[in-house]
Amino acid sequence: MSDSEQHGTSRRDLLKLIGTVAGSAAMYQAMTSLGVAAESPYSGPIKLEGDPKGASVLILGAGLAGLVAALELRKAGYKVQLLEYADRIGGRCWTLRGGDRYTELGGFEQQCAFDKGLYLNPGPWRIPYHHHAMLDYCKRFGVALEPFVQVNYNAYLHSHRAFAGKPQRLRHVLSDFNGHVAELLGKAVSQNKLDEMVTQEDKEILLAALRRWGALNRDYTYAANGFTSDRRGYERDPGGGLAGAPTVSQPVGLGDLLKSGLWRHLATGNIYEFHTTLFQPVGGMDMIAKALARELQGLVQLDAKVTSIKQDAQRVTVTYQNSKSGGDVRTASADWCICTIPLSILSQIDINVGNEMASAISAVPYDASCKIGLQFKRRFWEQDDAIYGGISYTDLPISLIGYPNTGYSDAGKAVLLGAYTFGPYAYELTALPPAERVKRAVAWGAEIHPQYEAEFENGIAVGWHRVPGVQGCYGLWSEETRKAHYKNLCQIDGRIALAGEHASYLPAWQEGAVLSALDTISRLHQRVVASR
Amino acid sequence: MSSFVPSTSLLLAMLVATGAAAQSADGTFSSNQRFVPKNGEVLYRSICQGCHMPDAKGAVGAGKFPALARNEKLEANGYPVFVVLNGLRGMPGFGLYLDDEQVAAVVNYVRSHFGNNYRDNVSAGDVKAAR
Repeated sequence: MSDSEQHGTSRRDLLKLIGTVAGSAAMYQAMTSLGVAAESPYSGPIKLEGDPKGASVLILGAGLAGLVAALELRKAGYKVQLLEYADRIGGRCWTLRGGDRYTELGGFEQQCAFDKGLYLNPGPWRIPYHHHAMLDYCKRFGVALEPFVQVNYNAYLHSHRAFAGKPQRLRHVLSDFNGHVAELLGKAVSQNKLDEMVTQEDKEILLAALRRWGALNRDYTYAANGFTSDRRGYERDPGGGLAGAPTVSQPVGLGDLLKSGLWRHLATGNIYEFHTTLFQPVGGMDMIAKALARELQGLVQLDAKVTSIKQDAQRVTVTYQNSKSGGDVRTASADWCICTIPLSILSQIDINVGNEMASAISAVPYDASCKIGLQFKRRFWEQDDAIYGGISYTDLPISLIGYPNTGYSDAGKAVLLGAYTFGPYAYELTALPPAERVKRAVAWGAEIHPQYEAEFENGIAVGWHRVPGVQGCYGLWSEETRKAHYKNLCQIDGRIALAGEHASYLPAWQEGAVLSALDTISRLHQRVVASR
Repeated sequence: MSSFVPSTSLLLAMLVATGAAAQSADGTFSSNQRFVPKNGEVLYRSICQGCHMPDAKGAVGAGKFPALARNEKLEANGYPVFVVLNGLRGMPGFGLYLDDEQVAAVVNYVRSHFGNNYRDNVSAGDVKAAR
């Protein structure tokens, strides 16, 4: 509805009107779209009421789940201590910058050679507007956000098998696909071919809608004219003065579009998690972890490799060693333990929990993924191709190119995401030596941006199965495993409770890790307060 | 990992979205729906060594990737077939990405290399029966 229609009418009046006229289903739909009915699992800062009376909690893993658990439990009066395997805080909330050294499993070492201020987020890189917990923590801890561009109409869709390998602008493929489908449907409806499916009353509305949606002529054709060029862009854009007359552009034919397969990418931006607006932290994703960790100074033991987790009726005792040098086995103990260690690792650690939780810990495989950051001498995608942020998609093994969503029009160097893959391509990339991954990403990317060859400077590649602290990208639940094991994974087992993205319905998303941590500490706190 | 990774439905969409691209002389990187190489060694080089390492000696971090070199658990040939098809703990299964011949080829390669000398090869039929 337009602003003018809403003007002067309260939301309640409007809903009543809709309810009266159109029935309750329509009213529910309207309520949802007005933001009344949709429930968020996050209802603001957690309130842990009641005195834990000095109870202590040992938290394993200093990723977002562990950090959030530590902060909130400490605030509620617990004594907290964290153990972290890596030599940095943040887990998969991670940013690589120039000067960073990254050694993956197998000992393959990379030196990040990005210029100052440039970075790659090897893990999460975007935060949807409805990830309320993430946004709230960013707000509360002063993490500056900027827009993450998911859909860029001027970015490319590319198939090496279509249009002679020439990348196509999203605005062309999207407008033309919509237009042709609208034309087909418009003709079918206007020729009464869908009468069994569309009432006479709806037919007129549908025809009007199709014309507007697809930019169709009165005869329901999708053709080259100002109307369609206002969607897909002009051959020559409108200008000023005597030489300003625009030239309309020619749509691509339906058959070519269908055969190209590029329509596969059109719905990506329609996915709830990718709806505008998305955000990214200014300066890199790990700004979030750093902000959270600021209040936990002195409480996090880095380089601590957990080797066993044992509980008895009174306490939980964890043994650990220095991750790099090995050496003496040390112990840490507390009344309770929140373990956020990824299941890929935890399933290898000696832990005395019941059979149900133990089975759950061993039931979740970790997916493959690979990300590659590439530094170029200049922003040719902006300067030559007018692509400012967003993502181009391709069927080449790099799968996509993500352009920087910040620093637009900077005259200097820049880093883009040169590959982000899942599935077989991710395994194949991970199996290569890091330098070879980068080399291939440059060669494939050059099929879309020929400027790659002259402008490339250096790159860094992260295959997630080789990340030493996680051995994979995220916990890959299936419907069957979730049904059989998820509850058992999330239940508190004696004095041990788990948290992390793997204990959420938002696999791989940071929001999942945070919501999982909040849910776990709420339940743990209830138990503690009740027992004291 | 965007999620850094999106929903399962999106992942499926992404899998479907990628077509065949003959990119390497050895047949790797040619499809994101299934692995294409048929040769056991090429399959090892394009999948397994990502975790079990080029020398098959595995790796140690917070946890470990077990060595396949000189690994006595490979003696019973049904075991590696089961693990490749279904995965084990954090290891994903490859049953959806590999056909019976490919599973047999890579299992036979590993069982006859890296200090393993098991001669009783598995067949595609054995793999099929294990699915």
